[in-house]
Amino acid sequence: MSDFVNEFWNWYVILIVLVSIIACGVFLWSQGIHHPASEETTETTGHVWDETLAEYNNPLPQWWKWLFYGTVVFALVYVALYPALGRFPGIFNWSTAGEHQKEVEKVDAQVKPLFDKYLKMDLKAVAADKDAMEMGGRLFQTYCVQCHGVTGQGVLGKGFPNLTDKDWQWGGEPEQIVETLNNGRVGMMPPYGGNPEAVGGEAGAKEIANYVRSFSGLTHNADLATKGKARFEAICFACHGPDGKGMQALGAPNLTDKVWLYGSSEAKIVETIVMGRTNQMPAWKDFLGEGKIHLLAAYVLNLSAGGEKK
Amino acid sequence: MSETQSTYNYKVVRQFTVMSVIWGIVGMLVGVIIAAQLVWPELNYGFLHFGRLRPLHTNAVIFAFGGCALMGSSLYVVQRTCHTRLFSDGLAAFVFWGWQLVILLAAITLPLGLTQGKEYAELEWPIDILIALVWVAYAVVFFGTIAKRKVTHIYVANWFYGSFILAVALLHIINSAAIPVSLTKSYSAYAGVQDAMVQWWYGHNAVGFFLTAGFLGMMYYFVPKQAERPVYSYRLSVVHFWALIFTYMWAGPHHLHYTALPDWTQSVGMIFSLILLAPSWGGMINGIMTLSGAWHKLRDDPILKFLITSLSFYGMSTFEGPMMSIKTVNALSHYTDWTVGHVHSGALGWVAMVSIGTIYYLLPRLFGKPEMNSVKLITVHFWVATIGVVLYIASMWIAGVMQGLMWRSVNSDGTLAYSFVESVKVSYPFWAIRFLGGLLFLSGMLIMAYNMFKTMAGGSTVDAPVLVPAGQHA
Repeated sequence: MSDFVNEFWNWYVILIVLVSIIACGVFLWSQGIHHPASEETTETTGHVWDETLAEYNNPLPQWWKWLFYGTVVFALVYVALYPALGRFPGIFNWSTAGEHQKEVEKVDAQVKPLFDKYLKMDLKAVAADKDAMEMGGRLFQTYCVQCHGVTGQGVLGKGFPNLTDKDWQWGGEPEQIVETLNNGRVGMMPPYGGNPEAVGGEAGAKEIANYVRSFSGLTHNADLATKGKARFEAICFACHGPDGKGMQALGAPNLTDKVWLYGSSEAKIVETIVMGRTNQMPAWKDFLGEGKIHLLAAYVLNLSAGGEKK
Repeated sequence: MSETQSTYNYKVVRQFTVMSVIWGIVGMLVGVIIAAQLVWPELNYGFLHFGRLRPLHTNAVIFAFGGCALMGSSLYVVQRTCHTRLFSDGLAAFVFWGWQLVILLAAITLPLGLTQGKEYAELEWPIDILIALVWVAYAVVFFGTIAKRKVTHIYVANWFYGSFILAVALLHIINSAAIPVSLTKSYSAYAGVQDAMVQWWYGHNAVGFFLTAGFLGMMYYFVPKQAERPVYSYRLSVVHFWALIFTYMWAGPHHLHYTALPDWTQSVGMIFSLILLAPSWGGMINGIMTLSGAWHKLRDDPILKFLITSLSFYGMSTFEGPMMSIKTVNALSHYTDWTVGHVHSGALGWVAMVSIGTIYYLLPRLFGKPEMNSVKLITVHFWVATIGVVLYIASMWIAGVMQGLMWRSVNSDGTLAYSFVESVKVSYPFWAIRFLGGLLFLSGMLIMAYNMFKTMAGGSTVDAPVLVPAGQHA
């Protein structure tokens, strides 16, 4: 892809850059020829300012002149070899994108045998392999910790799940974890469950919130909860299940456990109902490739192996 | 009020000179605070955290400290080398008070988080307009004084001051172009990588013209004056002047290596940054070699110590800069503390030290005293400052290279060897050393303030008489 939309700007840049580099050299040469090195250097130019300010007229130091010429010559050579003159890519045909591409290909080729070895093993075996899990850990620290936290503990309130427990939005079987990593997930709670009238606005949401809190033994207002129950069984059950135990196929959370992606306070639950939630796990397939995803899935399995169902 | 034309206007020079010491202390104090915040994060109190204070520091040291030093010294130099009083006392007063207002507004708005988000150009649009007005007045005063000069030839210092004034006007107006949406908020007229390019054309030329050309103007007057020697080479000054002001304009892209900026633009920035090396060293050579035949004066004259040391740091920084403009080097140094070290070797080693030497030269003359109240304290200041600078630079070099190496280090499986926070952890001791270096430099400024106030006390603020130019044609 070219940075130039037409020939005019291409030549504009080429001309100005070349002329400018050459002009530096020519200027230096023209200023140096009038005063040969044997010039008398004990007399000032004869001009005096402010009583005592005067100037000698020593010739340009030779070493300095050659340094200056050197940088000009370097510049001319550089613009011949590398991209600088408009659209001309340079004799080396080098580009920053190309350099990066080469580096990636080189490292990919170097590490491919390593990843291939683990791809042949099933996830449970990879999860048991010490070296593989060190690699997985390093990958996790690079790609996953920004959302899921350094120890995979997630971020409460932002909806980034805790990977160290046994609570799974979308399923914790190896293939399900791989699917999550490969294609991502979008956990969408529509505002009011898609039905604002039936929910009954914020007041109705408050009732449902109290009912939901009662599922997991949290303090709640019994009257509001009773009213909320009726609303829940009319609307919310469709995704969260009649018993509120969730539906993994939809990523609808289990509302009866102690895991709260966005917070369990009445206010937070009301907010979730009224505003809805959109939680996105990116799709990593193209970016990471199957080798890395294989290791990461195994690593995640290990993370939750020591976790408790809350 | 029109003073008699037989004296120079020293009043505005006095005002700027005294304020530059004050603002130097303020700006460097904020610098010490933010350095401390990196070492002791609990010092990030409320909204006065690093993010808010860092631009306050940069703006205060560059525009308040540096700006007042440049304005004061340039208005002194232009009068004395043109052998005439300033073009307009009224405009000169407007420049002084207008600039102080700019500084005050910066001190209020920046900690409040009112920012355009452009480095060294953070101030919001109403202040940008004020800056433009003050700057035009400054240009009129400066060039008007040159226009009414009593000598034929314009002394070299004035070419540098003049180019600094013109270039900054251009840079400021173009880079500040913005669409206001409220009194305190605007959006840049540019977007994306084009905005980045305009910003760094401005940013590098802020360094090149504000912090270099302007201070070279200062150097060209105060070094030969203090050394009582002629400048080494007129020819060299002509060549390096034109080459410098031409080449600096191109260097901006070296701030954007390996970003979305097109490859051709990055290359052009790199090669001209390298060509810039010799023109920069022309200034260093001319300044240092002016001492040829008078090196012994360095032993006993602390003002010369400041001035000549500043030129050494200038030479070092203007070698380091072109090296860091090379893409391969930049790939390591960018985003690390090496950049910060480089900035401060220039800002403290060159800019601050040449200003300090200049101010010590000016103060006795501005207050009718034969010399500073304590010459010995100038020497103390010199050593405190030098040690401070060295600690600062060395710690940042080590931290910077270490960060660059750690960030690029990979394991045999292609994963990163270090997480970012690990590089933060190992930088910690160097941030502590840097804090110490900065604290030393600040203490030097406090010593200077003490010396300054003692010198001002009992002094006479009589303006010096305008001198008739020397007999030889000048």
